[in-house]
Amino acid sequence: MTDNANASNESGGFGHIATEGLDTTHGVVLYLEDISVSFDGFKALNKLTLSIDVGELRCVIGPNGAGKTTMMDVITGKTRADEGSAFFGQTIDLARYSEAEIAHAGIGRKFQKPTIFEYHSVFENLELAMKADKRVRKTLVSVLSSGEKDRIAETMKQIRLNDSADRIAGLLSHGQKQWLEIGMLLMQEPRLLLLDEPVAGMSDDETERTGELFLSLAGKHSLVVVEHDMAFVEKIARKITVLHEGSVLAEGSMAQVQNDPKVIEVYLGR
Amino acid sequence: MYGARGWAVICLSSFIVFVIFPVLSLATPQDSAFHISQYWVTLLGKVMCFAIVAIAMDLVWGYTGILSLGHGLFFALGGYSMGMYLMRQIGREGQYQSDLPDFMVFLDWKELPWAWWNSDQFWWAALLVVLVPGLLALVFGFFAFRSRVKGVYFSIITQALTFAAMLLFFRNATGFGGNNGFTDFKRILGLPITTPETRMMLFTFTAFVLIATLLLARWIVTSKFGRVLTAIRDAETRVAFCGYNTVHYKLAIFTLSAVICGIAGALYVPQVGIINPSEMSPANSIEIAIWVAVGGRGTLTGAILGAGLVNFGKSYFTQAFPEYWLYALGLIFILVTLFLPQGVMGLLKKKT
Ligand SMILES: Nc1ncnc2c1ncn2[C@@H]1O[C@H](COP(=O)(O)OP(=O)(O)OP(=O)(O)O)[C@@H](O)[C@H]1O
Ligand SMILES: [Mg+2]
Repeated sequence: MTDNANASNESGGFGHIATEGLDTTHGVVLYLEDISVSFDGFKALNKLTLSIDVGELRCVIGPNGAGKTTMMDVITGKTRADEGSAFFGQTIDLARYSEAEIAHAGIGRKFQKPTIFEYHSVFENLELAMKADKRVRKTLVSVLSSGEKDRIAETMKQIRLNDSADRIAGLLSHGQKQWLEIGMLLMQEPRLLLLDEPVAGMSDDETERTGELFLSLAGKHSLVVVEHDMAFVEKIARKITVLHEGSVLAEGSMAQVQNDPKVIEVYLGR
Repeated sequence: MYGARGWAVICLSSFIVFVIFPVLSLATPQDSAFHISQYWVTLLGKVMCFAIVAIAMDLVWGYTGILSLGHGLFFALGGYSMGMYLMRQIGREGQYQSDLPDFMVFLDWKELPWAWWNSDQFWWAALLVVLVPGLLALVFGFFAFRSRVKGVYFSIITQALTFAAMLLFFRNATGFGGNNGFTDFKRILGLPITTPETRMMLFTFTAFVLIATLLLARWIVTSKFGRVLTAIRDAETRVAFCGYNTVHYKLAIFTLSAVICGIAGALYVPQVGIINPSEMSPANSIEIAIWVAVGGRGTLTGAILGAGLVNFGKSYFTQAFPEYWLYALGLIFILVTLFLPQGVMGLLKKKT
């Protein structure tokens, strides 16, 4: 562990930012302010302002094309905002870092379409995602410690794939792939998890267990869950943000947003 | 790294190239049924150089998913680096009995161009063999990977790179013998280059480098680094979102691959006795990709097998029906792509 800490200190030149140093003194882990993104003149995000507290589980809903995925793209460095600012903690200005650096700083992301390493085993998928020094010369000589093996085993249990350690990931069911991807996020030990439609394609049973998993993660991690499955959202949500045409339409508890006339208009009005 | 069977195959092949070949080639009389002629020593030596290149290609294409169609350039640059030294080793035995290589006398040059500095030193040549292809790959790769040039675009610009280099080397003014390149070598490390003993030395050294390259590559692909490479091939964005700087990884393997090609080229030139700009022709680089495709992408054994099969086939074909080799090669490529996406290795795996 100490070895890792030293490595990340000396690695300034390689662009890794130390996670230990994440400054959340005001209890906010993510703060987006007036973010706008346009694609050929079309505003996918329009002055979006949003803040996520430390340990919070936030659900984000909104009709297709509302800008939910684009919001995640901006946070993770995949898309650059035209205007506005995005801060991770008090000090990390996300616009200044690459995808890999942001991931390293402690933001993990699950894609809308599950992306795992199809030709690697379940174990190897988790191994690759595991928090570690991820520079070339370190991975060349890296050997798994018993502690690291235990952590992988623990995560496999958590995502119920402990019988499939050597299974090639491409052969898993759709739901299992979703879980493996969630497991990979957990291996990164992120401070903030962004989950884009995590229960799409899962059976009811799997959906239920995923909900339980998320609830158990909240507190230790902060989670942002984008989901269309309202039953699922209702089960896990404490605070919900409704996105519409690239900005926040309403925010509050399930009951609050359900009774909000603007939300009713957007969801039922057409 | 390998199971018992793998090591057994490596040991057996080593025994053949390090013991049987030298004995049968040097210690048996010419007319003996067991004698291995110079033809076969040279041919196998050449094919081993190609096998080294195929391993290098497989590392970037088969394992990392980067189809470079410019690997022939790195091979040729290694060859030219060695060739300069071999030209200097000719000394005053050239046609014009000058200290300068013949082509320079012919062009009426009075002194060596700057690029030939120190070229009479073997250690310097050995250094260039590694540095020239390595640095070129590093700089070229840096700009290409940083600008996220991928897939077919990367393949096309690497083709353009080798083509541009070929045009450059065709010019006499570039200082590397123009379209004739380098040939008529006399000595290497002071030893006469055409004697059976010297040839056997080059042969066994090539075999040694091939085995070392195979083991190095095997070590790489079975390491976590190797698993990151295949992950980049299959889902590059996910790798980046896991916190890996994929540019560094691609750059590392691309550069290493280029260096390996350079070494193979340096071993190739003294054995075949010539290097000229045609080695940089775009078709040569495509051929390298075909070897790997035929053998099976993503398996090191496949790369070696592919280089062997295609090149032994080529040496037979170019004697029997010289005009048709390119058609045959094209046909092989189409057939393999359509029916054997995993190459010969895929076929062998299915059988067992
Ligand atoms: N790269 C792009 N180029 C052009 N338009 C884009 C691009 N990415 C997204 N868009 C557009 O931006 C809008 C917001 O897309 P986004 O994917 O963020 O929506 P979403 O809320 O995630 O929707 P869904 O629920 O369907 O996943 C859509 O109209 C989409 O067509
Ligand atoms: Mg989306």
